[in-house]
Amino acid sequence: MKRLRFLLSPLVLTAAVAILAANVFLVFGNLSHRDAAAAEMPGVTIDNYQFAPATLTIAVGSSITWTNNDSDIHSVAADDGDPVMFKSAGLDTDDKFSFTFTKPGTYLYHCTLHPHMTGKIVVQ
Amino acid sequence: MTKLLIPETGINRRRVLSCMAWAGAGVLWTVSGGVPRSLLIGDADAAGGSLTFAQISDTHIGFNKDANPHPENTMTEAVARIRAAKPSPSFVLHTGDITHLSKPGQFDAAQQIIKGVGSDVHYVPGEHDWLDDGVAYKQRHGAGTKGDGWYSFDAQGVHFIALVNVVGFKAGALSSLGSDQLAWLKDDVSGLSASTPIVVFAHIPLWAVYPDWGWGTQDSAEALSYLGRFGSVTVLNGHIHQVLQKVEGNVAFHTAMSTAYPQPAPGAAASPGPLKLPADKLRTVLGVREVAYVEGQQPLALTDATLSA
Repeated sequence: MKRLRFLLSPLVLTAAVAILAANVFLVFGNLSHRDAAAAEMPGVTIDNYQFAPATLTIAVGSSITWTNNDSDIHSVAADDGDPVMFKSAGLDTDDKFSFTFTKPGTYLYHCTLHPHMTGKIVVQ
Repeated sequence: MTKLLIPETGINRRRVLSCMAWAGAGVLWTVSGGVPRSLLIGDADAAGGSLTFAQISDTHIGFNKDANPHPENTMTEAVARIRAAKPSPSFVLHTGDITHLSKPGQFDAAQQIIKGVGSDVHYVPGEHDWLDDGVAYKQRHGAGTKGDGWYSFDAQGVHFIALVNVVGFKAGALSSLGSDQLAWLKDDVSGLSASTPIVVFAHIPLWAVYPDWGWGTQDSAEALSYLGRFGSVTVLNGHIHQVLQKVEGNVAFHTAMSTAYPQPAPGAAASPGPLKLPADKLRTVLGVREVAYVEGQQPLALTDATLSA
């Protein structure tokens, strides 16, 4: 019994440290640690003529990458602005488009080939 | 077998197979008495039209996915069919999505292939031809057109109107013609006698085929209201890569097959993405259309022919 406790305690300790580290990462990594967020590159995928997630919330200064997984082409274009704030070229399968959001706000966008495809980026 | 507008009774297996064959090669249009009817290309002889023209659509040069890795080959087959059609079409209407990605090299490759028809080709752009805001398209096909590329012309007493409904998409909305084009259209037809047969062609359907997938045009009703006084109006569209038709009063609507790849029937799949069929089935859903017009007779005769027929 004594021997077993001796074996268990380092495991428990390791697990506790790991959980603590994960929490620290969740709190600081997502909300305040911009470098970590940028390294993860929050993304929107295009599958079956839909943007997913349809609404994505990010921190100011983050870049978003859209990736087209469909076999048809799509595009990503801001609804508003003249000229529009961002507009991709036609994205073929596996093509990506990135944009960095430097100001807080809610940004609506759509696919210029299939305008029923719409999405929203909330920048905080 | 060839009259699309005549309901068939007693459908047998042969009939079903011939219907399937429509799903892909080309359509011959015969304008007889001002009303276009489609016929299978091989049967257009019987129509004896005084004007015959062909429709080709959605060639998507540059597409290279599983649904058809070589659309240039199937487009070449479609062009060969049009060239071989009897009677020989006076000209060809291309109802858009010439290219897949609006690239200059794709437009040039398509033009090289379509030269094989040996007659004039009248184009309208598809949304795939407008990814660069129409620069490459207009360089090649914009001469003599108005606005974003709309125009009209006359042939054998039939008035042809090319409309553009792939510009200025608004989020969440169907495509539109826009007020400038509508004003032009109203003026364009104002001096015509009501007995003039009208053929309208545009890429996206000018009727609400399936709005959930963007298969319709927001302001098409206004456009059609300018054509309401004409005895015969035929509307030819592409975009949905399959033959669908509808008759509403004096207006007959027809969509055409693609020469590149098929798309699902409206609402039949999660999305309108390209349908991949077994390789030996592909040519049964690709095709062209020929139309023949005979003065003094009633409808235009349409022939939809697949590449496999």
